[in-house]
Amino acid sequence: MDKSRLDLFRGTLDVLILKSLIWGPLHGYSITDFIRRLSEDVLLVEEGTLYPALWRLESKKFVEAEWGLSENNRKAKYYRLNHTGRRKLQQESTKWEAYVNAVAKVLGATRRNTPEELA
Amino acid sequence: MKKIPLWRRYARLFGPDPAADVEDELRFHLQAKTDDLIRCGWPPVAARREAERQFGDIRAVQHIGEQLGVKMERRRRFNDYLVECDRDIRYAFRSLRNNPGFAAVAILVLALGIGVNVAVFSVINTLLLRPLPFSDSQSLVWFTGGKSLAAKVRTAAGLSGQTYTVDAYEEFKRNNRSFQAVTAYQTFYRSIQYKLTGTGEPRQLAAVEVADNFLSTLGIQPIMGRDFTREECQKGGRPAALLSYFFWKNQFAGDPAIVGKTVTVNGKLVTIVGVLPASFDFGSVFAPGMKVDIFFPAVMDFWRTWGNTLAVIGRLKPAVSVAQAQDEADRLFPHLKVIHPDWYEDYASDLTTLKDHVSGKLRRSLVVLWFAVGLILLIVCVNLSNLQLSRAATRGKELAMRRALGADRGRLIRQLLTESLVLSLAGAALGLCFAFAIVFYIAHQGSMTLPLLASIRVDGASLGWTLLIALSAGVLFGIAPALKMSGGNLQTALKDNASGMAAGRGHERFRATLVVSEIALACVLLVGAGLLLRSFLRILDVDLGFEPDHAASMQVDLDDGGKFAARGPILQEILRRITALPGVESAGIADMLPLDRNRSWGLSAVGQTGSKDRDSAAFVYLVTPGYIPTLGMHLLAGRDFAWNDTPESPHVVIINEAAARREWPGQNPIGKMANGVEKNPVRVIGVVADIHESSLEADSNPEVYIPMTQNPDAEGATLVVRTHGEPRSLASSVLTTLRSLNPGQPASEFRPLRSLVDRAVSPRRFFVLLVTIFAGLGVLLAALGIYGVISYSVSQKTQEIGVRMALGATAGRVMRNVLGSTLRLTLAGITLGTVASLAVSRLIASLLFSTSPWDAQTFVVMAFALATVAMGSGYFPARRASRVSPMRALRNN
Repeated sequence: MDKSRLDLFRGTLDVLILKSLIWGPLHGYSITDFIRRLSEDVLLVEEGTLYPALWRLESKKFVEAEWGLSENNRKAKYYRLNHTGRRKLQQESTKWEAYVNAVAKVLGATRRNTPEELA
Repeated sequence: MKKIPLWRRYARLFGPDPAADVEDELRFHLQAKTDDLIRCGWPPVAARREAERQFGDIRAVQHIGEQLGVKMERRRRFNDYLVECDRDIRYAFRSLRNNPGFAAVAILVLALGIGVNVAVFSVINTLLLRPLPFSDSQSLVWFTGGKSLAAKVRTAAGLSGQTYTVDAYEEFKRNNRSFQAVTAYQTFYRSIQYKLTGTGEPRQLAAVEVADNFLSTLGIQPIMGRDFTREECQKGGRPAALLSYFFWKNQFAGDPAIVGKTVTVNGKLVTIVGVLPASFDFGSVFAPGMKVDIFFPAVMDFWRTWGNTLAVIGRLKPAVSVAQAQDEADRLFPHLKVIHPDWYEDYASDLTTLKDHVSGKLRRSLVVLWFAVGLILLIVCVNLSNLQLSRAATRGKELAMRRALGADRGRLIRQLLTESLVLSLAGAALGLCFAFAIVFYIAHQGSMTLPLLASIRVDGASLGWTLLIALSAGVLFGIAPALKMSGGNLQTALKDNASGMAAGRGHERFRATLVVSEIALACVLLVGAGLLLRSFLRILDVDLGFEPDHAASMQVDLDDGGKFAARGPILQEILRRITALPGVESAGIADMLPLDRNRSWGLSAVGQTGSKDRDSAAFVYLVTPGYIPTLGMHLLAGRDFAWNDTPESPHVVIINEAAARREWPGQNPIGKMANGVEKNPVRVIGVVADIHESSLEADSNPEVYIPMTQNPDAEGATLVVRTHGEPRSLASSVLTTLRSLNPGQPASEFRPLRSLVDRAVSPRRFFVLLVTIFAGLGVLLAALGIYGVISYSVSQKTQEIGVRMALGATAGRVMRNVLGSTLRLTLAGITLGTVASLAVSRLIASLLFSTSPWDAQTFVVMAFALATVAMGSGYFPARRASRVSPMRALRNN
């Protein structure tokens, strides 16, 4: 696997899946495709982790599943975001932003501000 | 996403399949990937392989998916189930609300049935199932002496024949290997008077003397203070007392500093060393009907010379069974007798668990009660089945419609059962209130001599039992109607005006069966109650040998200053003053009254040379002149005692017929000499008719009456007063008179003699009352059932009756028809019930008193009574039928 591609942090996959569903129902394959394209090939979702994550979201009732036909008329399982899923996405993305900001602040620091020095 | 075409929707026709879903989903993924790769120029075979490689371990993912899928499916099904249940319950409530009359009757009937069941269960739970209120009570064993005596002799000896001497108790305690502890209490507690003075009026105490290890063996710890010390139980030890909780609360207002204070009992200062817990009720276990105020240590050296006075209780060592202990006792007691040739008897004993001793005798009665309420519950179920079925006619169409709309039969049955369960649970809730009331009433019948009475309550086990019988009743009465109503032909049911001749007839036959079984059950109850009631009346009719009405008794504090010679004049003066009171007919004093407590000594004719084991026990009563006529006893021959029978004059006794029969068979006992009563032979001067001295149900035993003026061994003194009118009005003047002679006379109750008889029959009265009430309830319910069925069939046949009347049938004819069908059902039920009663009544034979279990009179009377009630309840629908107006009946169609 390419070094530049990042492994997903634990828990982030759920947010990404929820996000990918906000414009409408998708099946599993197009979710991987969506994440790869939007992250410009940086985030690669492995099938071995995607499907269990999807099913867990389904069993926790954040997404609803439904059988439909794909673009080339194959039977596929589509996932749709429901109300609780939408709320979950909102919460998780706020949390994620706060986390990213905090990490960025630490990494962007120019000098060490220790309590001893302040005193 | 496009919608799946219709035909593909049937992929899961045979129910959900999570495994196949997962497989389909992953296959789609691989195909989409392969398609993409092919579009990028990969050759198809390689593309497929690449897609699979990228996916990784497809098996593992599939496995996770299947597990999650199964879990979700299960949850979904459970949710569906809950939703359906919820809907069923709502529906049940709605349909019951639409039919409030039915709901009210059903719930009330169920509440009665369940209420009496729970109440009886609570009694049984306390008396039979729950362990006694002592720690590890299963290992407590009760000793009943006199095993080697013949049964008749044993009862003749009364308490004296079943208790132990101090020596026997101590020797057994020292030598046994089966018990970790053996303890005893003094059984003749009512023979000694304990008078509390110094706190207001002198007061008679209900006291029991217990061995030093009595409380510790039972596992009772004082809530305040301490147990008796060994020193306090020795001769000359410091006088000490333990208070019962209730006495502490009532007499000392729960004084928190009571321990260490002294009270004056019988003129001696006694230190209160502790207070016992409220949970320890000596009376309820060992002496039903008695409330003990205070406990004193039993000083064994004092009691050593008093003969058989101790009741013995042991606590088994762990892993020793009662049978093993019995085995040891069977060997040890005779062995001890060999070592101590001076012992009067060998004390061979029957060992039972304390629990058996306390409630064993009640087991059969309680089982009969349980059986009776079980029958009531059955009748209730039959009744409700009937009521449910009578709704079938109106609901048949609704149910058929539901089936036509796709509900399967199981679903309908479930819905109907839900309705039954809702009813039965509502009935149980109301029934529980009834049970609480009944149990409260029973537990507060203080004068009843039933053990553990005060601790009867509706507890967790009773609640569990309530739930159990409510659920089973719900299923029991719901299942048959549910099966009947959910089945049947859709078409006929849906068709208009198909109040369904075919289905209706089937229902009717079923309902008739129900009614017949209901009458049969009620018949069994009624016959059982009838037999018990007849026994009870026979007991009340027993000739007691004395006259309990217009007489009352009061405990007298006999203070002769320790000089026996002074006793005669004191007694004479008391009786002279009492007899002089207006309204008093006569008076006498005895140390013990019949049906109260008793003791026995030996009595044998001089010159009698029987074997040593010969029964020579006789109940002993020390009495004053005038007591025998005052009690209403019949002097058959000879004379009563007189005041000139003094210690110096020749010693005399009066015996009863039973004693005369035993000792001087075929001879005139007057003037004969008897041994055993005193050191020297005494002369028999009179014979009285037998009286029931220990129980109304048992035969009289030999009795001997000894003048109180000649024998100092009186165990207390009880004044008996025969009055012209109601004795109660004399209570205060009698007490004042006694006080004027002896200021130390404690306030004590003026008890009508009738109360002794009432006390003696109280357990049976209670039992018969309950059984009679239950039988009445059963008959009432059966009557309700008959009424329901007949009136339903009349309303079903209105049209038919109308036609008949139009064709010339008279009202009387119609009425006779309806009553005829009632009679047929009733006769069938009574026949069946009588046969069942013949079998059942054998089970209660041992509870009957001079009544045969096949007492023809009872059977006939009860069958007739039941038939009358049944015909009565059939009469109203019959009258309604006879008033059907033919025009209206025909036009309504």
